[in-house]
Amino acid sequence: MNTKPLPSSDAAIEFRGVTYRVQRTAAGAPISPVRELVSDISLFVPTAQTLVLLGRSGSGKTTLLRLINRMLVPSNGQVLVEGRATTEWDPIRLRRHIGYVIQDAGLFPHFTVAENIGLVPGLEKWEPARIASRVQEMLRLVGLEPSEFSPRRPRELSGGQRQRVGVARALAADPPILLMDEPFGALDPVTRAELQREFRALAHRLGKTIVFVTHDLREALLLASHILLLQNGRIVASAPPREFLEIDHPEVQAFAASLLVEPGAPAIDSGPGAQA
Amino acid sequence: MNPGSFFADHSAEIFSATLEHLTLVLIAMTIAIAIGVPLGMFITQRPTLRTIALGIASIFQTIPSLALFGFLIPMPFIGGIGKRTAVAALVLYALLPILRNTFVGLTSIDPAVLEAAEAMGMTPAQILLRVRFPLALSFILAGIRTATVITIGVATIAAAIGAGGLGTFIFRGVALVNDSLILAGAIPAALLALMADFLLARLERRLRVL
Repeated sequence: MNTKPLPSSDAAIEFRGVTYRVQRTAAGAPISPVRELVSDISLFVPTAQTLVLLGRSGSGKTTLLRLINRMLVPSNGQVLVEGRATTEWDPIRLRRHIGYVIQDAGLFPHFTVAENIGLVPGLEKWEPARIASRVQEMLRLVGLEPSEFSPRRPRELSGGQRQRVGVARALAADPPILLMDEPFGALDPVTRAELQREFRALAHRLGKTIVFVTHDLREALLLASHILLLQNGRIVASAPPREFLEIDHPEVQAFAASLLVEPGAPAIDSGPGAQA
Repeated sequence: MNPGSFFADHSAEIFSATLEHLTLVLIAMTIAIAIGVPLGMFITQRPTLRTIALGIASIFQTIPSLALFGFLIPMPFIGGIGKRTAVAALVLYALLPILRNTFVGLTSIDPAVLEAAEAMGMTPAQILLRVRFPLALSFILAGIRTATVITIGVATIAAAIGAGGLGTFIFRGVALVNDSLILAGAIPAALLALMADFLLARLERRLRVL
């Protein structure tokens, strides 16, 4: 993995000089400032690798994620998924090809757990029997007993269980790519550590291409095959976890410092606003 | 004459007036729902239209009901004396709560849920019908309940422009200074409103998701 756009046939995802800018359209103001959320990003993610996008809030990491499944379209440059520009994909097809997990899971409150997990297979017109067995398989995969959890509603689950269902739902239609936006960010430290460990094992086993957004350096070090550090919409550091902390860049050191304040102390959220 | 024996003597008349009243309300509500719910869905996508639609609907709400009936009489198509004009006025009153609640219900859904729906590859139509609408349903029903209760009350005034219903007793009672007549209109109207409120509240609770 590299920040340079290398011609690579095994790249599941590739960014070529991608810039995304927004025009703040305040009501009644015809001329509004243009802001670049990400600037001239080039990267590629080889198949079956886990790329972690690390950065503070507002650094542009979620924007990068949303460019991959065409929730956003680049202002300049191209995002390629499996060698094809996202703008050439049918957005619906593209999204069903990519699993998506977000912080609060975003489960449908009016669906049962089974209905939530079976949604994409249902949209893809699978046979009901096949959906049912797939739902069971997915629940077991994320460590939830199918008979107990299938009929529950999201409100009857704990935060950790909701997030497990979120992962199961994202994997249900067996997408080759998985996008995760701070999926464990809202969990208590113990549950978070538990899910991180389990997820690492799961990611290994399933061989998915994963792009994972977090502001937690420890999580990045644990899960990544490769880490990209973002600051103000630009990549400021790029390295595998082993070498990441040795990079001589102030933002890397700022993140590294967030690890140092807590030797032996209970886990502290290293997000912005947390003590440093 | 005491009101009790008056009710007994005129039960057939009161019953048919109640039925007439109910018919008026049902027609008006059907039309108001048929306009308000789709329009409420439509304006979630159009901010400019939203301001205009909600503004106009609010203005109708502020016009005193007797005046609104009066204004409508000279109007072409919907005007004149009788039921049609009354229904038009009732629809205008019922529109705001339905429109506003549909809009609020559709827009107050957890953004994470909508983001997930979009990211999972649901089409805009699927998101509307399978996510937004079911989640907004209890809100929409609350609007329909408010509108129904208002309409049952306002419909008594429709008698002033010859639409019939329970208001007929009330106007006659006021003119003749006869309390029994007034009560013969007011009590069934109040009971109708209470019943509608109760039944729709139950339905609303059953459809509530959270």
